[in-house]
Amino acid sequence: MTEAMRKEQGRDLSNVQLTAERRRGSRQQWLVLLGLASTLLLVALLSLVLGAISIPPAEMAAVLLGHGNPDYRAILLDYRLARVLIGALIGAGLSVAGTVIQTLLRNPLASPGTLGITAGAGLGAVMVALLLPASMAGMMSPAAMVGGAAVALAIYFIAYRGGIDPIRLALVGVAMGAFCSAGIDLILLRGSANLATALVWLTGSLWGRGWSELFGLLPWIGVLLPVVWRLALQLDLLQLGEAAAQGLGMRVAAIRLLLFCAVVGLAGASVSAAGTIGFVGLISPHMARLLVGGRHRILLPTAALCGSSLVLAADLCGRLLRPPLEIPAGLIISAVGAPFFIYLLWRVSRKRR
Amino acid sequence: MMMKASQRDGIPGRGSHRRLWTVVTACGLLLAVAILISLRYGSTTLSVRVLYDAIFHYTPSREQLILTTLRLPRVVVTVLVGANLGVAGALMQAITRNSLASPSVFGLNAGAAFAVVCMTMLLPGLSAAWRVYGAFAGALGTAVLVYALSHMIRWGKIELNMTLVGVTVQAFLAVGTQAMLIFNESKTEQLLFWLAGSVVGNRTYEASVLAIWSLPGLAAAAWLSRSVSVLGLGDELARGLGQRVRLLRGAALAVVVVLAGVSVSIAGPIGFVGLIVPHMARYILGLDYRRIIPASALLGALLLTLADIGSRWISFPGETPVGIVTALLGTPFFIYLARRRRTGQ
Repeated sequence: MTEAMRKEQGRDLSNVQLTAERRRGSRQQWLVLLGLASTLLLVALLSLVLGAISIPPAEMAAVLLGHGNPDYRAILLDYRLARVLIGALIGAGLSVAGTVIQTLLRNPLASPGTLGITAGAGLGAVMVALLLPASMAGMMSPAAMVGGAAVALAIYFIAYRGGIDPIRLALVGVAMGAFCSAGIDLILLRGSANLATALVWLTGSLWGRGWSELFGLLPWIGVLLPVVWRLALQLDLLQLGEAAAQGLGMRVAAIRLLLFCAVVGLAGASVSAAGTIGFVGLISPHMARLLVGGRHRILLPTAALCGSSLVLAADLCGRLLRPPLEIPAGLIISAVGAPFFIYLLWRVSRKRR
Repeated sequence: MMMKASQRDGIPGRGSHRRLWTVVTACGLLLAVAILISLRYGSTTLSVRVLYDAIFHYTPSREQLILTTLRLPRVVVTVLVGANLGVAGALMQAITRNSLASPSVFGLNAGAAFAVVCMTMLLPGLSAAWRVYGAFAGALGTAVLVYALSHMIRWGKIELNMTLVGVTVQAFLAVGTQAMLIFNESKTEQLLFWLAGSVVGNRTYEASVLAIWSLPGLAAAAWLSRSVSVLGLGDELARGLGQRVRLLRGAALAVVVVLAGVSVSIAGPIGFVGLIVPHMARYILGLDYRRIIPASALLGALLLTLADIGSRWISFPGETPVGIVTALLGTPFFIYLARRRRTGQ
């Protein structure tokens, strides 16, 4: 069977099943997407303007056009712009990773943490922060990336038994995650001068992130997001179950491996850039599903926009609440995202009753 | 192929009873040995003679006092907490029909941890004995909150809503805990030990409180185990088979809250046992909850007792929180079980 035929078949199936729903819903879905995009833009602009020093919008426009007050220029270009871009990218990366994992494992409780990526990355970072001398602090990000990827690969190979069974993959992932967390606790308990740094890293924060982190992050997100989006139809099929997907001519094992690697790249890069902001990857796929339904072609961009807006909004709040202090974005996301998610669940359930 | 797998994985057949008894006997023996080791070794090693005398000729000598006031309560706490968490996890996975569920998904651990951290930070004058009550109140409050919130959402499947709401509430509380730790660094280190889960320093009083709550809870779990198996088939089928699903789920949840709540309030949040031990039982004995629940109790108790022994040796003479050792010990064993399954095909 050729690639084209296989694609055609997938399309047919989704056509038959979803035409009615699609006609009714697609307009609304685009509206949701548009709304989210403008929210993201608004939050991004606000986080450029507001902060310990507020910059008037006119000045900001001047700086972006290439002239303007050099102080503002330094603040905007050296600090805020990179930070905002990083926030948007990791939000999108973690949310898309979460969406894909929830589909791959067919479990609503799954998130990048389920595959041990966050715990592995955390272990790598904490080892560098607390066991090595303080001069090595710059190595935290690379160590996190290596740790996350190594643990994820280990999980894949341990769970591989002539094929991948989603439940076994999830369970091995959780067990390995617990193993790594135990390692983290063990190191934290030894206590050290850097304890607070490590704790803040483990909560996730965008503090002090700049262009070098952005350029480390950009290739991963920039390449992997389109790859995953291209596989949206395959993700739809995987949701029907392995047997159905196989019956429709999909190479389940290969696609699954590809998606798994994409998730590891997305989540690993995001976590190593900003610490373990865990909750986004779990919650924004569900938010997106409540808003636009389960088709991945629209679900993935919606989840990405949700995640980006959440991370940026959380970072902004964290900077504004007690100005000289910064509250880690990871904390705010759960503190604000959790009630909002429950409200969303309740609201949608009332509408559909 | 599916049929074959399910048959071998223990839909009850005549042959598999022997397997159950083998497993139960083996676990029981190992547990007995582990308990003896746990009683004997520590910062002072007691002779077997002391153990024997403590039972038959009790005299308040120094060794016997160590045994009866320190070691014995600690072993009782360890065994019961292990059994409680294993059983609570198995029940939780059954009622949410999600293999990644555990008592902590229902926010029990997070609630207890939040309450304890709040108490330590905001009311520093309070004695440590209040910690047990605070933690239990926190766990109970969280469970009630999750239950109420998930019933407000009248859409989709109740077990899915419950898991989602539970995870969300848990994340919310975890943030509260973490924020307090970050902003009050001076007290962080003493709390980190409790937060990693520990059975150190429990005395007769804690052990008896634990026993009073857990033994009825465990009995109730055993009594519910048959109906809970049916729940695994889905709400509609279970209803069709004559189960009162709502009542059953409520009862099972109440048991989970009692078992996990009392455990977390005495030993701190130990996450691994509630999630992984039921799967160990499932890998060994199959899908029937009449087996999974007793096996989870035994395996949980065994794992936690072994971990407690290990926790005295990792950084001797200091102690490592048992929650950490549990994950370090349990993961390799779990991976062995997970890989062993279905090799025959």
